[in-house]
This record gives sequence, structure tokens and C-alpha cells, in this order.
Amino acid sequence: MLTFETGLRILRRAAAALLLGVVVAFANLTPAAAQQPANDAALMEALKGTLSGRVSIPDEKSGLLQQPRGREWREMREGPVKSFGGWLLVAVVVGLCAFFAWRGRVRVEGGLSGRTIERFSPTERFTHWLTAVSFIVLGLSGLNMSFGRRLILPLIGPDAFAGLTEIGKWSHDYLSFAFVLGVFLMAVIWLRHNFFNALDAQWFKDGGGILKKGVHPPSSKFNAGQKILFWAVMLGALVQAVSGYMLMFPFYFADMAGMQLSLLVHAVSGILFVALILAHIYIGTLGMEGAFDAMGTGQVDVNWAREHHSLWAKEELGGARAHGDD
Amino acid sequence: MKAFWTGTVAAIVIAIVAGFILKAENESAKAAFTTSSARVSSN
Repeated sequence: MLTFETGLRILRRAAAALLLGVVVAFANLTPAAAQQPANDAALMEALKGTLSGRVSIPDEKSGLLQQPRGREWREMREGPVKSFGGWLLVAVVVGLCAFFAWRGRVRVEGGLSGRTIERFSPTERFTHWLTAVSFIVLGLSGLNMSFGRRLILPLIGPDAFAGLTEIGKWSHDYLSFAFVLGVFLMAVIWLRHNFFNALDAQWFKDGGGILKKGVHPPSSKFNAGQKILFWAVMLGALVQAVSGYMLMFPFYFADMAGMQLSLLVHAVSGILFVALILAHIYIGTLGMEGAFDAMGTGQVDVNWAREHHSLWAKEELGGARAHGDD
Repeated sequence: MKAFWTGTVAAIVIAIVAGFILKAENESAKAAFTTSSARVSSN
């Protein structure tokens, strides 16, 4: 006769057997990937590389999950832009070191006279330093965005790198306005001094007066090299500002293709800009005796002025007294 | 070097002012591109 206890024992054994059966069944299940090998290539071919759908949130662009041009853009950014750009900067630094090792510091051949004349007014120097200080921070933060993950993160760790990059990102965005204002002021105060003339061709033929001793081509307020720098800064700043503000205000002015192009242009132009300014910093500090004083104190030695900007010095000294005259 | 320090201070002041203006005028990307029901925070 079937008692309650017997029925309970049967039920418990049946439950245990059922549980065991479920466990065995799950253990024998294989993941879909193992049952059907991943076939992304065929899927992507079928979709022609684009994955898109319909979304109901305000950002309609989020309906596009994947586009082939995005992959090409990423390959370009992570490949040629970073490798060529990085090696270009290394080459510039190595080249400047090599030039310094060969030529040494360009000295004032007549020796410093101890008499000075004003080269740049306080307004000119303020404009230069407003632009230069902004550029230094923009350049360093920009280079960090391109190369920092590979070069700096392994040195300082992810937490420090994240903090540094966040500060860099905000500085980059907000100092851009100071930089743009500085370049605009430079254009206002220096444009008329930077048009090319026949003297500039001679300046180039003479190697700017820095390749050989005793060679000092005549020059007005700005020599041909400085004029090239001026126009390069004007053009570079324009390119950086346009591409940069397109990135700062995403999709205000451009679609996805435009945003991708803006970033590539901004990165390439930025690297070229940094390379150019590295040379400018070199010649204005280490490379030429007396050059830094022009932007530091605004006063340059008369002999320096006569050697490097003879026509300008003649104009300034004609009838005027230099500082240090008795 | 007075011009250097004046230029540096001016750059910092301009950056700070720009920061305040942009933060006041712009909404963040996560606010601009989502509906309120999809956001985790209230920003």
C-alpha cells in the first residue's frame, strides 16, 4: 500500500533525477559560435559594409551603427597620420640638433656694442606672447591627444594619464580663443611688414645669413624667413581654427564625413605647425645670439640689428639715439 | 619680461571666460542627443 512517506520519497527522488537531467542537458549545450563559426566577412559583404536602422531618439545619426568610411578614417588616423607625423617631429628635432652641432650659435660677428634700440614695442611683445603661450599649451595637449596613449600612458599609468588628458582637453578647447585672438592681433600689427619684395630673393640666395659667417644679406623689419613664418602662421591658424571649431561644435556645420575630414586635417596641420614652431623656437633662443632679447625685453643690440636687419636698423637709427649712447 | 607675463595672464583669463560662456550656452552632448527617459543622470 502506498503511504504518504513512500510517495514523498518517490517525489524527492524524481525531483533529484529531474534536476540532474537539467544540469546534464545544460552542460552539453555548446555556444552558438562554436556550433556556427563566426561569419562576419560574409555578413559585412551582404550588407556592403554598412549597418544601419531606425531609431526614435533625437540623435538620428545613431541609427547608423557602422560605415566603411569610418574604418578607412580610423586606419588613416592610427596609421599614416600618427607614424609619419610622429617621425616628422623626431626628424625636425634631430635636424635642429645636427644643425646646431655643425653651425653652432650664430654670433654677432662685430661683437655686442652695449648700445640697444627698441625692436618690438610692448604691444607687439604682448601679442606675440599671448599667441605663443597659447600655442605651447595647444601644441602639447594636441600632441598628447595623438600620441599620449602610446608614449605617456605607459610611463605614468592610466589614472594619471586620464587626469592629465582631461586637463589638456579643456585647456585645448578654451585656450584656442586666446590663440585665435593673438593671431588676429598679429595680422593687424604686422601685415604691412610682411609683403615679399626683391630683397627676399637675395636673402634666400645668401642662405639667410646663417649658413656662412660674414654673409649678412640686407633686410627690413622682417627678413624673408620671418615673412614665410608669418604667412605660415596665418594659414596654419586659419586651418586649425576652422577644423578645430568644427570638432568643438560637432555636427553643427558638417556631417559625419565632414567631421572625419576635420579631424584628419586638424591632426596633420597641427603636427606641421608644431614642426615649424620648433624651428622658430630654436632660432629665437639657442640658435642666434641676441635674438631672444627682441621679444624678451624688446631691446636689441645695435650691432645685432645692423648685421641681421640692416635696412631696419638704418631707418631706426637715422637721427635717433640708441640706448647706451653717451 | 612684463609682456610675457601679461600675455600669459591674458591667455588664461580669456580661456576661463570662454569656458564659462560655453558651459552656459551649450548643453552637453548626452543631453543634446538623448531624451530625458534615456538618461541615467539628470543633466
